[in-house]
Amino acid sequence: MTRASEPVGEVVTAVAVHGSQAPVDGQTPTAAPRADRPGAPGARSARREGQPWKDKLTSVWFLAPAVIVLLTLVAYPIVYTVWLSLHSSDGASFVGIDNYVRMFTAPETRHAIVNNIVWVVVAPSLVTAMGLVFAVLIERVRLASVFKAVVFMPMAISFLAAGVTFRMVYDESPDRGLLNAAVVTVHDAFSPPSQYFGARPRDGAPLTEAAGGFETTATTGTTVLMPLVGLPQDRVPADAVPAAAPPGGGLAGVVWLDFTPGGGGTAGVIDPVERGLPAITVQALRDGAVVATTQTGPDGRFAFAGLADGGYTVRLSPDNFTAPFNGVTWLGPSLVTPSIILAYIWIWAGFAMVLITAGLSAIPRDALEAARVDGASEWQVFRRVTVPLVRPVLVVVLVTLTINVLKIFDLVMVLAPESSQDDANVIALQMYRVSFGGGLDFGLGSALGVLLFLLVLPAMLFNIRRMRREQR
Amino acid sequence: MRISLRAAALASVAVLAAAGCSGTADPTTTGGAGPLAGQSLEVAGTWSGTEQESFQQVLDAFATKTGATVKYTSGGDDLAALINSRLAGGSPPDVALIPQPGVVNEFARKGAIKELTGEAATAVAANFSPAWQQLGSVDGKLYGVYFKVANKSVVWYRTDKFAEAGVQPPATWEDFVKVTKTLADAGISPMAVPGGDGWTLTDWFENVYLRVGGSENYDKLSRHEIAWTDPTVVQTLQLLGQYWGDAKAVQGGAKGAVQLKFTQSIADVFGEKPQSAMLFEGDFVAAEINKLGKVKVGEGAKFFDWPAVNGSKPAVVTAGDQAVAFKDSPAAQQLIAFLASPEAAKIMAAKGGFLSANKNLDTKAYPDPTTVALAESVVKADLLRFDLSDLTPQTFGGGTGASMWRLLQDFLTNPADPAGTAAKLEAAAKKDFGGK
Repeated sequence: MTRASEPVGEVVTAVAVHGSQAPVDGQTPTAAPRADRPGAPGARSARREGQPWKDKLTSVWFLAPAVIVLLTLVAYPIVYTVWLSLHSSDGASFVGIDNYVRMFTAPETRHAIVNNIVWVVVAPSLVTAMGLVFAVLIERVRLASVFKAVVFMPMAISFLAAGVTFRMVYDESPDRGLLNAAVVTVHDAFSPPSQYFGARPRDGAPLTEAAGGFETTATTGTTVLMPLVGLPQDRVPADAVPAAAPPGGGLAGVVWLDFTPGGGGTAGVIDPVERGLPAITVQALRDGAVVATTQTGPDGRFAFAGLADGGYTVRLSPDNFTAPFNGVTWLGPSLVTPSIILAYIWIWAGFAMVLITAGLSAIPRDALEAARVDGASEWQVFRRVTVPLVRPVLVVVLVTLTINVLKIFDLVMVLAPESSQDDANVIALQMYRVSFGGGLDFGLGSALGVLLFLLVLPAMLFNIRRMRREQR
Repeated sequence: MRISLRAAALASVAVLAAAGCSGTADPTTTGGAGPLAGQSLEVAGTWSGTEQESFQQVLDAFATKTGATVKYTSGGDDLAALINSRLAGGSPPDVALIPQPGVVNEFARKGAIKELTGEAATAVAANFSPAWQQLGSVDGKLYGVYFKVANKSVVWYRTDKFAEAGVQPPATWEDFVKVTKTLADAGISPMAVPGGDGWTLTDWFENVYLRVGGSENYDKLSRHEIAWTDPTVVQTLQLLGQYWGDAKAVQGGAKGAVQLKFTQSIADVFGEKPQSAMLFEGDFVAAEINKLGKVKVGEGAKFFDWPAVNGSKPAVVTAGDQAVAFKDSPAAQQLIAFLASPEAAKIMAAKGGFLSANKNLDTKAYPDPTTVALAESVVKADLLRFDLSDLTPQTFGGGTGASMWRLLQDFLTNPADPAGTAAKLEAAAKKDFGGK
């Protein structure tokens, strides 16, 4: 065959329409290659007898349902949305491009648009990259299908369920949130919280906070009273005994929990049941330098031995009060969008992987072998041979995901807590919020819908063009 | 390349699968013989879980009595959105129980809901005080009946934590602050503020505002007849800011509070691992405490009335679900008449977690003395005002992302500037209240 396929198609179409001398058996030299090209236009009608009007009528009959569905469910809503977007909130009066102006000037919608841009830039490329890594690595392991199934599994979960699941993963409290539990465990392994975190001086006591610790000034010969509160009774060590003021002489004092369980104690006074706080590191400072260090006993008493007479600063060192690390606020204003994108990646990485695996299996093995024989390293093979060969698939995945990400709604709606929903807002969510979530502003909602449509359009057109090219 | 075609197909299937996983099974009660046999009704409400189960029994009773088939649809927090989209599609539910009078007003002005006449109007007149009838009317026409009401002026506390710190339930704001401080000194986190749900913060505001600004200003503010920059508003925000701004007073500090959901806060105070001693929200907390089953309402969990500010008189902020008819059918009117009867209130009252404004309901119908006390303070309150945020337009106070919810959440995170927040509230009110 030397003839190009396009002219053949044209000829055949023309023949079919005119109905004269159409190849009947499909075995003529020109028809033979067409027969194994199922997509070629006119291939089928060419095989039929003449009667063009009947053909036309039949095609109309066959097309009608699809056309009606397309018109009512696709074309009409698009036109109606555009119409709504040019009208006031209830569709009553024409407002021109007012809604579009509001869309780009209102801070909430602008924020949503910016977030959408972040999504489009970050999410599809990360998902595709993850998919590629999974696909290439999984090819090399045994039980590949099991791994694939596991990675693909999140796709079987609805966004809603995934959102609820990740809500728990990201929970603020380390007792409930999986991620924070992990973060806190790792953090505490390196710097554990101190026994007395949360304790603070009793109001009115002459103790001031200094760099996380508490200090006061005293001269030798006086008793330093250091009343602390804010510590739950169950965090007082078991070996603690009721506090007692030390006998005079030298620089000495007492650190105790100045709260009588059940109430009734006097502030700043050592009441009978109030316990001392053992094992607190106490420092004596003179002219800003630590001159002595000691620890409190079971009754909270401490005493510095062998200090010269005079004035000192007595400090409860900060490391007695290191607060526990409470994890990261994943769903707070600053991290909410990255956190949701992470959940999105978890869901869609499997999808990308499956498609890319299919692409990998289609590339010629001998190309890889040839590269290896020529002495290319695995990284070079991956970088210079594999990736270029699966590039078309990568593009498909990327474009599909881009369309998908532009429309992102449910994951944000479910995952973002109310207080940071504004920070996580995306166009589709904002569209829902202005139209149904309160204002009933269908005009602005439709304008957002049109914006979304226009943003998705280039990706759609790209996909359609590419598909056309491949069919030829 | 064939793969790409398959890819596109796969992608669309995946998207469809992801999109298709919604829809809930709605319980339906099929009626037997009766005057409405063969007719079916749909009732929409915000209730789910236990409340839905209790309400289902009321609907069952109606079905048995009249023979109608009644279906309940739960719209959750987004009930208004659900009804709006159903209205836009031309198939609203027959009857809906709507918690925001502001939303009901909007529906009434648009003609979406029908005036109550005949049997329904008679039942409302016979069973409800003029004040409640007034609350159910728009422009002098009766549209709704308050089937369920709430007492939103109570603070719940753990008796064991109060005993541990040796404090008594406070009666004034100064005492309230003092109790909070003493609890903190005892090493107990005093208060859980579920700022993750904006509506709880509006309730904080309303309770303080009713006491600071008084009933007249409260009414004016709800209609935006005084500005949100009014000194009373700023003073209210100052009081709230002082309380919320104290990291020792609020569980988890401001950052933790704004992440805390209401349901979680109940578990944090009355659940297995109690973290805080107090929780402010309405009477409906009792039902949730019972559901958790760790402490008993009336023993381990008690309530005190919202403390007086500067010697203010006892006042109650109330809320309620108003039954309105979207269809002018006899069946819808009959259902509303039934909901207005003491008979229907009695069924739900026995389940607990429910207060009725029905003056002919015998308080013996309530399951325990705590509920009786809660109900009586609503029925007998000198000063009774409806939840302010629910009286405002939906975009201002009636749903997720509403201006007041959002701004109070921001204020909880950073309560340093009450005047600034008041100015932002005023700016939002100007936009959301329309021309007013």
